[in-house]
Amino acid sequence: MTINLDSQEPVIRETRLGAVTGYQGTVGDLACQAGGCRLKNRERGFTQTTSCSSGCAQALLSQIRDAAVVNHAPLGCAGDTVAQNVTNHWGEYIRRWPYSNLPVLNTNMSEKETVFGGGEKLRGAIREAHRRFQAKAIFVTTSCASAIIGDDIAGVADSLKEELAIPIIPVSCEGFRSKVWASGFDAAFHALFQGIIQPPRRKRPERVNIINFWGRAKDRITALLGRLGLEPQFIIPFASVDELAHISEAAATLTVCGTLGTYLAAGLEQRYGVPQVKSLPPHGIAGMDSWLRELGKVVGKQAEVEALIAEEKARIAPELAQIRSRLQGKRAVLGMGPGFGHGFLGVLDELGLDVVRAVSWHFDARHDYGQCPKATQQLAERQDGLPFSVGDQQNFEIINLLRQIKPDIYFSRHVGTAVWAAKLGITTVAVTDEYSAFGYQGLIDFGHRVIDAQLNRSFAQRLSSKVKLPYTEWWLSQDAFALLKAAEEVG
Amino acid sequence: MSQFVEQIRQVCALGAMQTVLAIPRAVPILHAGPGCGQKLWSALGEYHGYQGSGYTGGHSIPCTNSGEKEVIFGGDERLREVTANTLRVIDGDLYVILTGCTADIVGDDVGEVARRFQEQGKPVVYAETGGFKGTNFYGHERVLEAIIDQYLKPVAAAASASAVEPGLVNVWSVVPYQDAFWTGNLQAIGQLLQSIGLTPNIIFGPGGGVDALRRVPKAQFNLLLSPWVGLQTVHHLEQSFGTPYFHYPIFPIGPTETGRFLRQLADYAGIAGERVEAVIAEQEAHYYYYIERSADFLFESRSGLPGRFVTIADSFYALGITRFLIQDLGMLPEVQFITDDTPPEHQQAINGYFENIAEGVRPPVVFANDGGEVREALRAIRFRERPLILGSTWDRVSARELKGYSLSVSLPISERLVLSRAYAGYDGALRLTEDIYSVILSDYQ
Repeated sequence: MTINLDSQEPVIRETRLGAVTGYQGTVGDLACQAGGCRLKNRERGFTQTTSCSSGCAQALLSQIRDAAVVNHAPLGCAGDTVAQNVTNHWGEYIRRWPYSNLPVLNTNMSEKETVFGGGEKLRGAIREAHRRFQAKAIFVTTSCASAIIGDDIAGVADSLKEELAIPIIPVSCEGFRSKVWASGFDAAFHALFQGIIQPPRRKRPERVNIINFWGRAKDRITALLGRLGLEPQFIIPFASVDELAHISEAAATLTVCGTLGTYLAAGLEQRYGVPQVKSLPPHGIAGMDSWLRELGKVVGKQAEVEALIAEEKARIAPELAQIRSRLQGKRAVLGMGPGFGHGFLGVLDELGLDVVRAVSWHFDARHDYGQCPKATQQLAERQDGLPFSVGDQQNFEIINLLRQIKPDIYFSRHVGTAVWAAKLGITTVAVTDEYSAFGYQGLIDFGHRVIDAQLNRSFAQRLSSKVKLPYTEWWLSQDAFALLKAAEEVG
Repeated sequence: MSQFVEQIRQVCALGAMQTVLAIPRAVPILHAGPGCGQKLWSALGEYHGYQGSGYTGGHSIPCTNSGEKEVIFGGDERLREVTANTLRVIDGDLYVILTGCTADIVGDDVGEVARRFQEQGKPVVYAETGGFKGTNFYGHERVLEAIIDQYLKPVAAAASASAVEPGLVNVWSVVPYQDAFWTGNLQAIGQLLQSIGLTPNIIFGPGGGVDALRRVPKAQFNLLLSPWVGLQTVHHLEQSFGTPYFHYPIFPIGPTETGRFLRQLADYAGIAGERVEAVIAEQEAHYYYYIERSADFLFESRSGLPGRFVTIADSFYALGITRFLIQDLGMLPEVQFITDDTPPEHQQAINGYFENIAEGVRPPVVFANDGGEVREALRAIRFRERPLILGSTWDRVSARELKGYSLSVSLPISERLVLSRAYAGYDGALRLTEDIYSVILSDYQ
C-alpha cells in the first residue's frame, strides 16, 4: 500500500483507510471486520455538528514558527484561529518564548467572489501575507465556498512562486469532502510533502521525528531519548520551516497518536526510507513498552531500551499497586478519537478500572502502512466483547448511553464533550493533553488525577440536579442507536 | 469591510446560531458543513469568555453536516430528515434553520422545507446565513427578521386582541455572545428601565425565551441601544406591528451617559421628569460613594497610571467606553479603532458621536476589522507614557510591545472567564474602573 504523495490533493480517509463514522457492536467485531476489509459505515437520521478537516489542517500549519496561512474562505472559517491562538500561547508559555499571534490571513470571501470567482482576491491576500509576516512558506487552506465555486488555488499559488520566492502550497481541506476531520491532518502533511520536505542532505542517526500537537512533555522526552543517545524533533507545531525541511534525515519517526501521524510517518518511510515505528501510542506501561521497543528495534538499541524499561517499571510498581487498589472495579466509559482512545483503554486497564463501553469519534480500518491499527488489534485480543460504537461526537447517542450505563467515571477527549457527562452527575476526566498518562511516571500521575476526580464529586452532582438536558423524554427512552441506519458499502 | 482579515473580531453570518441559542429553549438547526458549528461556537462561545455550550449549544447543535452528496445532489432531503428528527430528539420551543455556504451556493430550497413544517403547526423558521453573505452582525438581524416574519406575525394575527401594553419596552442592544458580557449588560439595562417605571421585555438570556418573544408585538415601543446593529430589526418591527422605536446610539457606561440616556428615554416614554431625576440622583450618590473612596488612589498613584488610552472594539464598546473614560474619569484618548465591520452608511454618524465628548478632546477614529491594520497603526504611534489598551486577547501582543496595560473587552476574550459581569450603567462603570485599575496594579505587584 502506497500513498500518492505527488497528487494535487490527498485522498480522504473514507477512501484511503476505509474510515467510518457510524458503527455499533463490539471491539472484537470491529477489529475482525477491519481486518477483513468488510467494515461498512452507517449513517444517522439525526446528527449534531461535528468538526471539519480545515480546523485540523489549520491547527497544525498555523503553528509553524516562521510560516503563514492564507485561509481562502468567508470569515467564519477562521473562527478556529481564536482557539488555536490559545494553544499557540500555551505552547509559547511552556517554552518560555515571547507571545505572538497566529499568522493567519483570511480572504474574507463575500458574495461577489462566489459569483465572479475569488482567484484575484486570493492573489492579493498571498502577497499581503508575504508582506506582513515575512514567512518562509505560505500555506493556502481551502473552504467549502472556494471549492464549490472552483477557484484555481494551485494556479494562483504557482503564478506567485517566482515573484515571492518562497513555497506557496495549496492545502485541500474543505469541510464537505470528508466526514472524518482527521483528513485535515493528512492535508497538512501532504502539503509538507508538496513543498517543504527536502531529500536528506545526510542521514542523522541520532535524530527521531516525533509527531505530536503541543509537546508539553518535550523536556521529558528529550531526557528519555537522551538516555538512548537520541534526540527528538517535534512536529508540526512550534517547528520551523527549516527544521521541517530536513525531517527526511531522521533515523525513525514516532507518533504520539496513530490518527494524527499515520500519513506523515508512512510517507516519510515510503519516500525517504525513514522507518516508521509501528507501535502502540506511548500511554501507560504497555504503550510505552511498545513505543520504546519498536523504536529500539529500528535504531538498534534493544539492550538499552530493555534496561530502561526494567528500571522504570520497577520504580513505579509499588505506587501503581496502591493506585490500582483504590480504583479497582470502578466502572468507566471512554469517548475519544481512535488513535488516542484505543491506546488509552490500555491505560484504564492498567489502573485497574473496569471499562464497560467505549466510543470512538471515527475509526480507520487500517493505517497508512496497510494494517488495522495496532492499538485496536491489541484491544480486541484483550477485551473482544467490549461494547463499542463509532460516532463523530454525536452527543445525543453518548448522553443516552451514559444515562443507561451510569459509570463511575467518563473519560473524554475533545473540547465540548466532557460537560455533557458532568450534567448527568458523572465524574468526568477530560484528557486534553496528548501527554496525559505518558509512559510510566505519566501513568502514576494520571492515576492520582483519577483518584482526585473521584474524591470530591460535588460539582457534577450539584450541576446535574439543577440543569435540564436538551433531549426529549422520547429520545431518552429509546435505544441509543435507534437513529443509526443500516450499513452501506464504503471504500 | 476590510479586504483581508487577520485576527478575527467577528465571524460570518452563520455565527447567528448563537443569537438563536441566546433565546432560552430556542434550537438552531444548521444546514451546513460539518465544521461550521464547531468553529463558530469555539470563537463566539467557548474561547470568548468561556461562555460554553449552555442548553443545546456546541457539539449538541443539530446539523446536517453536509458532505459531497448534499453538495452534488442537493441537500433538501437531508435537511428535511434532520429537521424532523430534531423535533423528536431535542426538547425546544422554537427551531431556527440556518444555512451555511454549501446550501446557499448550491441553492437548496430551504424555505420550502421550513414551510412544510410550518404547515404542520411546528415552530420552525429559517434564515439564509451562508457565511459569504456577511458577518454575524448581518446574520443576527436575519435571524430576528426570520422570527418576526415567520413566527411572530402568525402569532400576532392569531391573537384576538394584540393590544399594546403600556410601559412594555422590547430591549434590543448588544449582540449575544459577540459581546461576552451580554447577559449582564441586558440585565443591567433592564434594571435601568425598571428604575424609571418601564417594563423591559428582554428576549435573550435568563428570563427570556418564546414567552418574551410573543410579547414583542405588544410593546409600547422598541428600545435600540446600539450604534447601528439592530436598526433593521426595529425598522422591521415598526413595519410589521406598527411599533415605534427609540434609538439611543451610545452604549451607556457611567453617570454622565447613563443619566443622559435615562432623561431622553423618559422624555420619549412620557415619564415625569421628577421621577427620573430622583432615580438619577440616587444612582449617582451610590456611584460617587465608591468613586470618592477610590479617588485618593486615582490622584496619587505611584503605579504609573496610563497615559493615553486606545480602544480596539465593536462600536458599542468603543463609543461607550471612550465616552465614559473621557466624561467621567477624565482620561485622554489616543486613536479609537472600530472593529465591527461598520457599514459605510453608518460610519459618519459614529464619527459624530466621538465629537464634543469634552471640550478640546477629539480622538481620531479608524474603522478596521483587520487586526493587521490595527497592529501596524499602533506601531506607528509614539506613546510618551504607558498606554491603556482596551481591545481583545489579540491586542495583548501589541500591548506588550508598547509596554501598555491591556484589558480585553472585545472578541476574542480568551484570558478572562466571564459570567454575569456587566459594564452597562452605573454599576457597570464601577466594574470597568475596578478592572482597568486592577490590571495596572497587578502589573508590578
